[in-house]
Amino acid sequence: MTWIGDNLGLIWEQLREHLYLAIVPVILGLIISVPLGYVATRYSWLANPLIAFGGVLYSLPSIALFIVIPAVLGTKVLSTVNIIVALTIYTVSLLIRNVIDGLRSVPPDVRQSAIAVGYGALHRVVAVDLPIAVPVIFTGLRVVTVANISMVSVGAVIGIGGLGELFTLGFQKDFLTPVVVGVVLSLALALVADLILVTLQRILTPWARVATPVGEVA
Amino acid sequence: MIEFEDVTKRYPDGTVAVDKLSLRIPSNQITVFVGPSGCGKTTSLRMINRTIERTSGTISIDGDDINGRDAVTLRRGIGYVIQNAGLFPHKTVVDNVATVPKLIGWDKRKAHDTAMELLERVGLDVKLAERYPAQLSGGQQQRVGVARALAADPAIMLMDEPFSAVDPIVRHQLQEELLRLQRDIGKTIVFVTHDIDEAIKLGDNVAVLRVGGKLAQFAPPAELLANPADEFVRGFVGQDRGYRALTFVHPEELPVKPLPDELALQDGVPLGWRNGSEELLPVGAVFKRGDSLRAALDAVLTSPTGCGVCVDDDGKAVGVIDQATVAEALRS
Repeated sequence: MTWIGDNLGLIWEQLREHLYLAIVPVILGLIISVPLGYVATRYSWLANPLIAFGGVLYSLPSIALFIVIPAVLGTKVLSTVNIIVALTIYTVSLLIRNVIDGLRSVPPDVRQSAIAVGYGALHRVVAVDLPIAVPVIFTGLRVVTVANISMVSVGAVIGIGGLGELFTLGFQKDFLTPVVVGVVLSLALALVADLILVTLQRILTPWARVATPVGEVA
Repeated sequence: MIEFEDVTKRYPDGTVAVDKLSLRIPSNQITVFVGPSGCGKTTSLRMINRTIERTSGTISIDGDDINGRDAVTLRRGIGYVIQNAGLFPHKTVVDNVATVPKLIGWDKRKAHDTAMELLERVGLDVKLAERYPAQLSGGQQQRVGVARALAADPAIMLMDEPFSAVDPIVRHQLQEELLRLQRDIGKTIVFVTHDIDEAIKLGDNVAVLRVGGKLAQFAPPAELLANPADEFVRGFVGQDRGYRALTFVHPEELPVKPLPDELALQDGVPLGWRNGSEELLPVGAVFKRGDSLRAALDAVLTSPTGCGVCVDDDGKAVGVIDQATVAEALRS
């Protein structure tokens, strides 16, 4: 226990790094997936290849990506950019399916009337399609956020891994406390992040929670 | 006036949905496109707001070719109602109605107030304003759809089978209310249906289309029933067109007889016919002065005594009419 007291600074530092490394890729991935998903619903032949390609990307082992990326991008091996890029790739590969499914969940008659009342193409996506896709997109966001939080630790193998570095520390010294602290904190982080996303979704989609039609006469 | 001139819609696969359609849709009236599925009625309707682009020919509104106008701007000036209302599920009822006013830049206050007025106008309780579409019944959603189409006061309203998905009782109410509303607002309404009875009930003019997108006949409903242009139209308007044509016969003044003693009344409203026993026989259908001959005939046919009851606007009996009188009116 004294180890925790003595190393609060370090733990806090790794927690912050962990959060940063997990969340930035989610945001970047969302920014990339939404336009990509829109293009894929516009040109529907693109959708299935994109989803399949996403599946392939996601199956790449993370360690391999962490090592290949510096070679491809010319970044330093110890740069956080490597982790961020790798996790952004994972985020896009998972999220693209949800964005496409979400945009496809817009009922045809709703899309038809959005066009007919005079929404321009871009305006319609922002004001009608995306809001309706929010529940499906959020399902993907929750999965990918939790996955990223767990995956950041793997980065510890190449020396940047947020709470994962507490694991390396513990293993090197054959000392359990940092490992336990690391596990408990990443678990807590994942839970809190998920809770925040659920709350955010509820705020964004009050309409999705309403009761189904009441049997009133017209 | 909306004018179709030689309008053809051919899809890339070669299917011809609309074939050289030419017709003039008069302003401030209801024009109904009716026909079996595959006759191109919906395609014709959607070409008016350019949600479907025609292959050849011209469509003009008040003399201006609609192709000369920006499609998005054009659509904002044309109300549109579809079968399942197509309301935006993520917007409240009042926000749905205020959509077009907001799109064309009205300030929020004005858009909101107009939307609330329209909800009342289409017969919706304003308490529903803050609900979401999923919380409304089909009939209520359809009313919101009509309110949304009318929000920016467009001169033209397109209605694509708007009442097909609701049950017959609600459909009847919605039809009656559309006619009532139209008496106040006098829009140029183009209405698509596959139901000839709906077409005859609502239309000032009816365009009957046949499969392959050809116009079979364009005429007021009475004309359609009296003089179908060909076998197809005759078959489509149905067997009892003679009886239905009576809808359009409004005899000047059917001579009603004074109320007989057998008719039981309560505060002037007919309750039933006395026949000597405890129980009253049902009144049957009633008609009002000025109603069509069809309504009068129906009253006579459904009355157990053969006497149809005529009522005033408050439902109070003013007289009765017998079979002989109706038969006389039929002969003339």
